[in-house]
Amino acid sequence: MKQTLLSLSNLSKQFSGKTVLDGLDLEIYDGEFITLLGPSGCGKTTLLRLMAGFEHPDEGTITLAGEDLTHTAPENRPLNTVFQHYALFPHMSVFDNVAYGLKMEKRPKDEIRQRVDEALAMVQLQDFARRKPHQLSGGQQQRVAIARAVVKRPRLLLLDEPLSALDYKLRRTMQVELKRLQRELGITFVFVTHDQEEALSMSDRVVVLKDGLVQQLGTPREVYERPANLFTARFVGETNFFPGTVETVDDDSITVDVFGLKRTLRRPDFAVSGGQPLNVLLRPEDIRVLDPADEQGVAGKIVERNYKGSTLDSVIHLADGTEVLASEFFDEDDPAFDYRLGEPVKVSWVDGWEWLLPGETGEALPEEDVSADA
Amino acid sequence: MTRWLPRTYLTLVYILLYVPIVVLVVFSFNESRTGYAWGGLSLRWYEALFNNRAMVNAMWNSLWLALSAATISTVIGALTALALHRYRFRGKKLLNGMLFVVMMSPEIVLAISLLALFLLVGLQLGYVSLLLAHVTFCLPFVVITVMARLSGFDESLPEAARDLGASDFTMTRTVLIPVIMPALLAGWLLGFTLSLDDVVVSTFVGGPSYEILPLRIYSMVRVGLKPEVNALGTLLLVFSLVMLMLSQWILIRSKR
Repeated sequence: MKQTLLSLSNLSKQFSGKTVLDGLDLEIYDGEFITLLGPSGCGKTTLLRLMAGFEHPDEGTITLAGEDLTHTAPENRPLNTVFQHYALFPHMSVFDNVAYGLKMEKRPKDEIRQRVDEALAMVQLQDFARRKPHQLSGGQQQRVAIARAVVKRPRLLLLDEPLSALDYKLRRTMQVELKRLQRELGITFVFVTHDQEEALSMSDRVVVLKDGLVQQLGTPREVYERPANLFTARFVGETNFFPGTVETVDDDSITVDVFGLKRTLRRPDFAVSGGQPLNVLLRPEDIRVLDPADEQGVAGKIVERNYKGSTLDSVIHLADGTEVLASEFFDEDDPAFDYRLGEPVKVSWVDGWEWLLPGETGEALPEEDVSADA
Repeated sequence: MTRWLPRTYLTLVYILLYVPIVVLVVFSFNESRTGYAWGGLSLRWYEALFNNRAMVNAMWNSLWLALSAATISTVIGALTALALHRYRFRGKKLLNGMLFVVMMSPEIVLAISLLALFLLVGLQLGYVSLLLAHVTFCLPFVVITVMARLSGFDESLPEAARDLGASDFTMTRTVLIPVIMPALLAGWLLGFTLSLDDVVVSTFVGGPSYEILPLRIYSMVRVGLKPEVNALGTLLLVFSLVMLMLSQWILIRSKR
């Protein structure tokens, strides 16, 4: 079932002495929606440009269905690109933009007309064929760019942050539409984004990149729930990092001291021994905010509350200054559910919902700037 | 007080700029032979102008020279601008700077050096020498106009064309040139007008075999101001205005 379509092996690329990709390996399966996710400068766009043929790797090979493409010119590769700023030809009508690729293949006129009409109908723009790109809205231009890229029926579609210039609502609509297109066309999509929410909601698999290296490769669920390292945990979604120390190790459970609480947790995949520092990772939605009189939990007080519609997000300061993010769903049975600022509470979680990573001593946690992107 | 002062000042400036031109246009329709007395409305100087064979001949020569010089410098200039824009190579900054040197250096210097060069290689002074000289001084203006357009050019357009299956040559023909066309036209018009009214360089490198309009006028005026010159000046003024408006229109239309 899972057949490799595009295979990247040992790709390295430097730009004026700066390493952008460092011996990267990646297998892209036929028909999947794979997302390259990472902060700006992580190499995701360079990787896409190598696949498209706009750049050539210093080392390594790119093969598509067994055929070596490493040094093939972009016009001879059976894949197409949707550009970040659409790159529509400003002097051509929507029809001519979409027809461009077919004209290059020297297809007969009738076939071109029919296929362009089909492609425009697919993105619901059949009434706009005579318009020029500057007469269209951003979302419509984006759809023309997609129609232009898929009209050639490529094996693989490369999308370079195609939604980053759209506003929030249009983005959500386009995300759904892209997923629908991908299902209908059965084309493999390689999607580049720095938006983790987008990556999680659209992809079959996510590749988290940093400094030209794959940090983690997995389904959105794996990446979110079982991050491979602190970078991924921090970059994908909000995470609370609680420092813990291993106390005892059993066959399949360990006891860990977190803020003086002794919790029995599932034994992680990596080697653990008594006295070893650990990171206990908890997503904000896994945090339980309890009454200050409750027996379990760590004492703290509410310093911020944000009403988000479906959830109530709070920031809690623990006694030692640790900041905890909590995101709770409204409780239908408790209409009075809310907090006052400064209200004392206790913070806990359900055992088994945590994720453990080895404590990386000496290395500071990644700073907030990894999640921001230009 | 504060309101009328700037206005008066501005009015004075404009009077100073435009009175000579208005006088020229008005006196081109003057019946009287002398340039300083009004003798009634007439088109006789326009008639005299078109009956003056040498003058009409010089006009055609000038137009042909401007046309060829503008076209050649647009082709060379566009290619130069593309090279400077697309490629990184040794001496790129030097080449870029040298264009400005040609543009900024006094025309008389260019004129003398070109003359010296032509004499050195034994080139007959005439159409060819004028053409070479005019292409030389038009070139930097074309390059700068095209480079300005290219600097705002979306670099992903050529990539999109290549991605869709166009070879480098097809991409240039179907995407790059159409997109920079307004700059090519503007550069061509600029070159055309520069060539048409050049006196200094042409005086040096022109020859008796190919008389051009500015030099013809210049020699006419030396023996005394004939009202024919007013008529010619008026025609040239209208022509330049049309060209100027045309180039502005092209630029505005393309900027949407």
